[in-house]
Amino acid sequence: MREAQDTMPLNSYETVIGLEVHVELHTNTKIFCGCQVSFGAPPNSNTCPVCLGHPGVLPVLNRQAVEYAIKAALALNCKVPEWTRFARKNYFYPDLPKAYQISQAEGPIGEHGWIDIEVDGKTKRIGITRLHLEEDAGKLMHVEGGQASLVDFNRVGTPLIEIVSEPDLRSPEEAKAYLEKLKAIMQYCDVSDVRMEQGSLRCDANISLRPYGQTTFGTKTELKNMNSFRHVQKALEYEQLRQADVLDSGGRIVQETRRWDEAKGVTISMRSKEDAHDYRYFPDPDLVRLHIDEEWKARIRATIPELPDARKNRYMEQYGLSSYDAGVLTSSKELADLFEDSLKYTTDAKASANWIMGDLLAYLNANNLEIQDVKVTGQGLGEMLQLIEKGTISNKIAKTVFKAMMETGKAPQQIVEEQGLVQISDEGAIREIVDKVVAANPQSVEDYKNGKEKALGFLVGQVMRETKGKANPALVNQLLLERLKS
Amino acid sequence: MSLFDLRLTDLHNKLAHKELSVSELTEASLKRIAETDETIGAFLTLDEDGARKTAKMLDEQLAAGGERGLLFGLPAGLKDNLVTEGLRTTCASKFLENYIPIYDATVVEKLRAAQAVTIGKLNMDEFAMGSSNENSAYKPVRNPWELSHVPGGSSGGSAAAVSAGQVYFALGSDTGGSIRQPAAYCGVVGLKPTYGLVSRFGLVAFASSLDQIGPITKNVEDAAYVLQTIAGHDPKDSTSANVEIPDYIAALTGDVSGMRFGVPKEYMGAGVDPKVKECVLAALKTLESLGAVWEEVSLPHTEYAVAAYYLLASSEASSNLARFDGVRYGVRAEKPANLMDLYLRSRSEGFGAEVKRRIMLGTYALSSGYYDAYYLKAQKVRTLIKRDFDQVFEKYDLIIGPTTPTPAFKIGERISDPLTMYLNDILTIPVNLAGVPAISIPCGFADGLPVGLQIIGKPFGETDVLRAAHAYESHTDHHTRRPALV
Repeated sequence: MREAQDTMPLNSYETVIGLEVHVELHTNTKIFCGCQVSFGAPPNSNTCPVCLGHPGVLPVLNRQAVEYAIKAALALNCKVPEWTRFARKNYFYPDLPKAYQISQAEGPIGEHGWIDIEVDGKTKRIGITRLHLEEDAGKLMHVEGGQASLVDFNRVGTPLIEIVSEPDLRSPEEAKAYLEKLKAIMQYCDVSDVRMEQGSLRCDANISLRPYGQTTFGTKTELKNMNSFRHVQKALEYEQLRQADVLDSGGRIVQETRRWDEAKGVTISMRSKEDAHDYRYFPDPDLVRLHIDEEWKARIRATIPELPDARKNRYMEQYGLSSYDAGVLTSSKELADLFEDSLKYTTDAKASANWIMGDLLAYLNANNLEIQDVKVTGQGLGEMLQLIEKGTISNKIAKTVFKAMMETGKAPQQIVEEQGLVQISDEGAIREIVDKVVAANPQSVEDYKNGKEKALGFLVGQVMRETKGKANPALVNQLLLERLKS
Repeated sequence: MSLFDLRLTDLHNKLAHKELSVSELTEASLKRIAETDETIGAFLTLDEDGARKTAKMLDEQLAAGGERGLLFGLPAGLKDNLVTEGLRTTCASKFLENYIPIYDATVVEKLRAAQAVTIGKLNMDEFAMGSSNENSAYKPVRNPWELSHVPGGSSGGSAAAVSAGQVYFALGSDTGGSIRQPAAYCGVVGLKPTYGLVSRFGLVAFASSLDQIGPITKNVEDAAYVLQTIAGHDPKDSTSANVEIPDYIAALTGDVSGMRFGVPKEYMGAGVDPKVKECVLAALKTLESLGAVWEEVSLPHTEYAVAAYYLLASSEASSNLARFDGVRYGVRAEKPANLMDLYLRSRSEGFGAEVKRRIMLGTYALSSGYYDAYYLKAQKVRTLIKRDFDQVFEKYDLIIGPTTPTPAFKIGERISDPLTMYLNDILTIPVNLAGVPAISIPCGFADGLPVGLQIIGKPFGETDVLRAAHAYESHTDHHTRRPALV
């Protein structure tokens, strides 16, 4: 069995990946009825006869869901047709009350789109086959002991868009980049929370291998149950190697669905006795076809904000940021908004960028949070940078202030005052402490006079300690040197 | 003359003048049902308590004075595929033996707003699939004119109840003739409105693109009043037409002079009983004497209608009935071994033979590899059939012919040959495929059994249909005859 750490393990095969992503639209109400869409409500509390599929009920399409879907389609460069239709996808499962899902087959809301991704500094265009609107199913909870399953229909009828990529991805890394870009675009458009851990973004992957140069596709497997972008990448990396092994040993890939097992780090076949589903798609006779005119499209297009790529390019031009920095800042709209907000209060774009990419992102990563979860504002950051510029606080103290801003959302000035963090820049006060430290550390003074540069650092440190870090470091250095030289 | 011979307007006046009370009307209805329904079998669920309570409340309102709608205080029966909140709704299936709906169909809400009195739920062919009411899972219905004969179907209970004088009017549903054919067999009036005129919300779906709810009454004027009450756009039904509702009662002018009728040669062919043809020709003579003219026309694709209908209706039904899976609605196979077993056994046990037959046919027609040859092809044939009607209606106001090829047949006579049974609807089916309105009115007798005349109109042309039907009725007395039973 090949190991993941082998270099160039797959140089005889080309990997072909396509991704199917489901995005939950954050409309107020469900796609075909007036029930609230909400997360975490008590089971079966947001239901009505329509989404429960009771005998005799009929669906009525939610306008906001359609507008979000069109917005997403346009943002992904899809063609939006003049007429769009809904179809029934028929299958039996307890979480699907009508035993069919209202989805789209022919004439989906978006087709033939694309997004650009960047991997290893190279830009690549990934095609989007289609984007369509559909309703979500409920959730099953299996009772311990396997004697029963419980169905929660709260989620039934939540509007989803399904985005299917062309099989243009050629590596697990590209797949991850695609997901990140797609998430960012959806988030910029404000059509979804796109948080995988909350289920508002879901991803299934199709992967196959073929010898380089072959134009036809190899047999693909479908991967499910990946709960983060990282796991999508890992699952694909594993499956890539598994398939290569099978092919190397002269075997054939079985077209099947495989479940990613996070704990074991392997994909497991979900093959059962049943054949592949025939969904018997046909146009839903309860819904008439929907007319999308150019005016409507134009109105929706006008609500699409500056998208990540455009914003990134602008940051590079306008603020002189590097491609990497601009890319990080624009990876989420909140982050970019925070950055630009801060520049209303400071002109130092570079500094702001550094604080965001450094302290802020490090904090988010360490605590497994997203930008929405912390309270720091662009204004706060900008004002903090002003305080540093004016010398009210040092960079080091600012770290404390910044952390407090993230946690409390308070203004930096307020935090500085509350915690008494104003930088000491009073020469007289510092001289006093310098004298005290010098008197208390004769050996270090001796060492310095004998040429040990390091001793200076120690003495500076001591002064800083005495002042609880609040002394202006530059001034401390200057005054200490003066003292030592005298 | 019994109460049941009075027109709705006459009853309304008697109530207004305090010559009658709602409770008296209701008791008369319940008494008649008690006397006749063991023989006829029209009712599946009788709501005596509910009806009496409503009657009492309405009598109190009557005493208080004020304007009352035309249907005020009138006892009615509802076909058991119309969902009634708190009142058992079975669709004549074992599957819904215990089903108490949690909402009202829109037409039920409208009847309640019009202050009619719901006496109970009427027997039918299971899930509206049948032409004789022999497919009811509970009991067959007998034709009040000849108890050994069928009342027709699928609204057999509705037509029999009106014919036997058990209720003053009933609501049925019509997918391929299920209002008109039983109306013809039982010597009463049955109207199928234009598709989309009456809301389907709360009608347990059989074939979504064909189903319509309509009135079954003793005369045309009554049908006009009921239609006036139930017609109209419903935002809960996406297929509901947004058209202005005309004054159907004002249309009953009695004047048909100058109207042009087309009589399709395909509707007067070899398969039609000569005695039925005689009645139709006599009716045409009567209409001619009133100033109308008629000519033979052709609807050339008529011979394909039954095949197209059974493919389309069964396909839609296979999807609509999939929600009856044993998970909900109170009927489930005993001790299922696993999910698949629960589905298979619950559905095998819960559905009758005809329902299963059509589900299988529909599933087949929609399946991969057959969809194009069957479902899609049938949709194309449907377009051709509709075009036939469009072309005739360019030159003619109405299309007239017999409602059924023969009068009511004997119970048990055709049940063992489904295909022969399907041909009962050969004259009514094309109307549903084209989506146009049609009425069946009594026009004579053949061997003591009622014969129905079918008058078909242009889309949303109910006013012309009603006018012609009413004019004919005013000059004949077929509709005043009552079965010996009553």
